[in-house]
Amino acid sequence: MTIYLRPLSLSWQKSPMLAALVALSLSACGPAIVPQGIDDPFEKQNRATHELNLKLDTYVVRPLANRATRILPEPVVQGVSNFAGNLDLPGMVVNDLLQAKVGPALQNTLRFAVNSTIGIGGVLDPASQMGAAAKDTDFGETLSVWGLAEGAYLELPFYGPSTQRDAVGTAVDLVFDPTRLFIPKNKRWVSTLAQVAARIGDRGRYSETVDSILYDSADGYAQARLLYLENRRHNLGQTTADSEFEDPYAH
Amino acid sequence: MRIKTDTTAMTLTRRAFGAGLASGAGFLAFALPVRALTVDQARQLVDKLIADINATINSGKSEQAMFGDFEQIFVTYADVATIARSALGPASKQASAGQMAAFTKAYQGYISRKYGRRFREFIGGKIEVTDARPYKSYYEVISTATLQGEAPFDLRWWVGDKSGRNLFFNIIIEGVNMLASERTEIGAILDKNGGDIDKLVAALNMT
Repeated sequence: MTIYLRPLSLSWQKSPMLAALVALSLSACGPAIVPQGIDDPFEKQNRATHELNLKLDTYVVRPLANRATRILPEPVVQGVSNFAGNLDLPGMVVNDLLQAKVGPALQNTLRFAVNSTIGIGGVLDPASQMGAAAKDTDFGETLSVWGLAEGAYLELPFYGPSTQRDAVGTAVDLVFDPTRLFIPKNKRWVSTLAQVAARIGDRGRYSETVDSILYDSADGYAQARLLYLENRRHNLGQTTADSEFEDPYAH
Repeated sequence: MRIKTDTTAMTLTRRAFGAGLASGAGFLAFALPVRALTVDQARQLVDKLIADINATINSGKSEQAMFGDFEQIFVTYADVATIARSALGPASKQASAGQMAAFTKAYQGYISRKYGRRFREFIGGKIEVTDARPYKSYYEVISTATLQGEAPFDLRWWVGDKSGRNLFFNIIIEGVNMLASERTEIGAILDKNGGDIDKLVAALNMT
């Protein structure tokens, strides 16, 4: 990969997203390379984006989130989160199928059917009680299953931590969301609003945790980067902790 | 798990029998300390640790008093020296013995306060050990944490006896490695203090 990208180093240096697309188009299908350590060639740019995201959080998202979770009863916040999560399910089913994972595809389909009907349009979550919890997935995972390496770390404006592969995945999930097929064109704003509201609700509910990473850490950027990469790799089943942390007694 | 222990015991007995009583006893004496820590012991350690944490959380003490309790729990169940050395990273190789001692002491208080503040979120929640298995040269004790109003998450404890005692030295929360996170954090504080370990120690003591 690196060899192919070298002649393109100019555009690669200037635009991580472009580099991500180049990486995507150049990649051959094969077993995914197990990622290790931190690959952050765009650190300077990423840190600038982090500062922007931090300002957005400090002055807009955090106050809004804390106020919302203080004023609104917990079931309302949970309901919004459920509703938005339900709208994600059709996209997850498509990704399950693209990854040839039949079990999760069925489970997410069942979940969508149950919560959309008995769960009153997805506001309630009876499916989890019935043993059909969400099997989260996304197009970034599909790309990983198809053999695409995670690429460099990226912090996206408004969205937060990601990688080149996951940024492409997020964009694809956003543009090709099959839920749009179920919703009339003039009602789509409801879905967008629900997604934004759910994210604000999550920020409020996990306020202490998020604050500790963003504001209490000596280097919030580096902490967020590490947490994202390790958790993401864990969720994709790529658990390869750094060898020096595997056995701190060996030295 | 029990089957495995029995097999080991049987193998030992058979070999001991074959090799004759004297050498057999010698073999046993040599072989036993190698696997002094068993999977059940590793599991018991984490069970006791969780019970102690729960007792502190539900004690109704002041936050300051709880921090003291957490520090005591940390010292009892964790390999503090190893965790501290790992958190300091490459700088630990340049540090003097006196600096390492001061850093370890400061770090132990710092981490107790830091995680102590977070453990308060565990009020009304619970941690249950679900499994334990040999992993690399130590044991991995797997537990599930359920906090109020949240989906259960995966919490793993790495327990070993290389320090001479049975102690945990790492916690993995949903794939996030505590040692790696600690090294990032301590490294950043050290950088902010111009790489000066004495200033780092002072900074940790002030948190």
